Amino acid sequence: MEAVRRVISVVVLNEASVLSRITDLFSGRGYNITSLTVAPIPKSKYSRLTIVTSGSMRVIEQITKQLHKLIPVLKVIEHCDAVEKEMVLVKFSSDNSISDIETICSAYNGKIVNAGDGFFIALIADESQRMDNFLDAIERFHPKEIVRSGTVALER
Amino acid sequence: MKISGAQMVIEALIAENVDTVFGYPGGAIMNIYDEIYKQNSFKHILTRHEQAAVHAAEGYAKVSGKVGVAMITSGPGFTNAVTGLADAYMDSVPLVVISGQVPMSLIGTDAFQEIDAVGISRSCTKHNYLVTDAKDLPRVLKEAFYIASSGRPGPVHVDIPKDITAQIEVFDYSTPIHLETYKPTIKGNVRQIKKAVMAIKEAKRPLFYIGGGAINSNAAQEVREFVKMTGIPAVETFMARGTLRYDDPLLISMPGMHGSYAANMAMSETDLMISLGARFDDRVTGKLSEFAKHAKIIHVDVDPASISKIVKVDYPIVGDLRHVVKNMMEIASSVIEKERYEPWLESVEHFDKLHPLSYKEDSDKLKPQWVIQRVGELLGECANITTDVGQHQMWTAQFYPFSRPRQLISSGGLGTMGFGFPAAIGVKVADFERVSINITGDGSILMNIQELMTAVEKKIPVINIILNNNFLGMVRQWQTLFYDKRHSETDLSMQPDFVMLAKAFGGIGYVVHTKEEFDAALNDAVEKNIVAMIDVRIDRFENVMPMVPSGGSLFNMMLEYKEK
Ligand SMILES: Cc1ncc(C[n+]2csc(CCOP(=O)(O)OP(=O)(O)O)c2C)c(N)n1
Ligand SMILES: [Mg+2]
Repeated sequence: MEAVRRVISVVVLNEASVLSRITDLFSGRGYNITSLTVAPIPKSKYSRLTIVTSGSMRVIEQITKQLHKLIPVLKVIEHCDAVEKEMVLVKFSSDNSISDIETICSAYNGKIVNAGDGFFIALIADESQRMDNFLDAIERFHPKEIVRSGTVALER
Repeated sequence: MKISGAQMVIEALIAENVDTVFGYPGGAIMNIYDEIYKQNSFKHILTRHEQAAVHAAEGYAKVSGKVGVAMITSGPGFTNAVTGLADAYMDSVPLVVISGQVPMSLIGTDAFQEIDAVGISRSCTKHNYLVTDAKDLPRVLKEAFYIASSGRPGPVHVDIPKDITAQIEVFDYSTPIHLETYKPTIKGNVRQIKKAVMAIKEAKRPLFYIGGGAINSNAAQEVREFVKMTGIPAVETFMARGTLRYDDPLLISMPGMHGSYAANMAMSETDLMISLGARFDDRVTGKLSEFAKHAKIIHVDVDPASISKIVKVDYPIVGDLRHVVKNMMEIASSVIEKERYEPWLESVEHFDKLHPLSYKEDSDKLKPQWVIQRVGELLGECANITTDVGQHQMWTAQFYPFSRPRQLISSGGLGTMGFGFPAAIGVKVADFERVSINITGDGSILMNIQELMTAVEKKIPVINIILNNNFLGMVRQWQTLFYDKRHSETDLSMQPDFVMLAKAFGGIGYVVHTKEEFDAALNDAVEKNIVAMIDVRIDRFENVMPMVPSGGSLFNMMLEYKEK
């Protein structure tokens, strides 16, 4: 069976070791985690995880069911029509032309967010695939460091 | 009421109507043991190993349907208990296992006897807790019992640091459980149930495939009625033995690796498999691409994750089996026509006549299958049967006449050698009226032999029947069949004197070479009603047949194998 990519959001009780329960489930049953993002949901006792994973349809179905089976899991959302974003921070040497990089950044809804002695930092928030394109596009400026986040997603 | 954490544990156990705790003390759990000393609401049985404490609690739980309770200390006490937790997890056994932990201030410092217990038990429990404030204890313990016994049952582990057992706090056990994130489905979807019953009505060759869920959900009575009402043949898995009576005309034994030819052929030929609480274990299905090829599948299970996990299901029904089967019967009673399935039933019966489960007697060697049948003849319904793991376990499943649910207590999912004897102790404690028989092997029995002391001390008369083949027989069988008879490290010719061993602990032992000697030994052991070991010398090279070689298709069975 062909592997598909899926974004799954999980709403869990915000309690000790809940994250290990989730990651143990994935490693124990041999599921993939491409990326994982967690943060508390404001003014509630819950946290929200966004997991990007891949597998056959049967595996994806098992992932959602097994997640549901964990006692502190409230809700599992398998996204089909969602707005997805991830974020990247890139540090460039100021030997590069800021305006060249700024032009590329703005094509990807990004901007320069910080500049210091000999460097500046760009921030982009976009879809996963476009992020890959962006990173290709800036390769020729020899970025000094790249930090990429996991995905967050919100069903339309 | 303000009491210590340790007292809270006692109060909670009393509130949960616990009558027996199996355990083993140590530093981190001493406060709780001090409170055990002061109370007389429940008994504590000191096993001689923590693994045995958990298996005993499992035996207790499996035979009674109640939650089993075990208690152990931190570090090595806990790690010794892990096999038991894993065993209970695989077989969905409701347990609450309480462990001591080093004090909060020492957690994370590699303190003496510190181990990350909840980290280890996470993957082999239904749920677990590390209690970090005595205020939480009443809630946690109440939840633990509820989670262990509801939905798909399983073990819950509660780890309590020593200082928490000394902390004084308010104890109120009356607060109702409120678990927003855990709500097992009880009632099945009515539309799905209707569709499933209509599929049964349309089918020509339907087959009940009954699993351990039928026993866990106390649905045996309903399942028996349903089978009878529809006239549809049924197979029951190892975990479901006893759901139907052995002499039920519609029962065609057990499917799978060592199932009967008829059961496996029925599984292969059916056009509608009605799975009631079974989980399509690889030991049952054989080669998946060939499994139930012509069949649509109805799957009733309380655990949604069990459905379509292994095999794509056409009619999924999530719910408690007892409820769902009742609903199915209400609809079926007016639409199902028994006669429709008669030709199918005849062909299944024909399979059974062609190759029934059987063995060949030998004039000078005892056959293990005979021994098991004989126990069945002599004790039948009056015995609860536990087993260890290996050939003797499969022969027991094949040849014992099980007549009620919870009569067979065995380690199915994990296949834990050493399970049988401590489990038989737990079984006897929970059901003292019946004879508790452990059918074991010469390999397995040594894996928890120290429990002779527990049984003798507490006067728990378990009868161990060792089917002694001087081999790790099941592994030897595979070596014979698939490794060109290279019997690597499976020869157990070197053995203790089991009679003297039993005596050394204060029990009674017998060696048996003949049928007459066996009858005499078993009758004597039952009559004397003390802890016994019957060392039955059986044909060393007997194999469990028939067999589906692993990875093979169910309809391709090895029916017999001739040694040499
Ligand atoms: C704890 C454990 N270790 C190893 C095994 C692998 N194993 C399965 S059956 C078996 C042989 C059991 O020998 P015995 O108890 O004498 O039973 P027999 O097969 O001879 O009836 C072994 C070693 C196991 N199931 N459990
Ligand atoms: Mg043996």
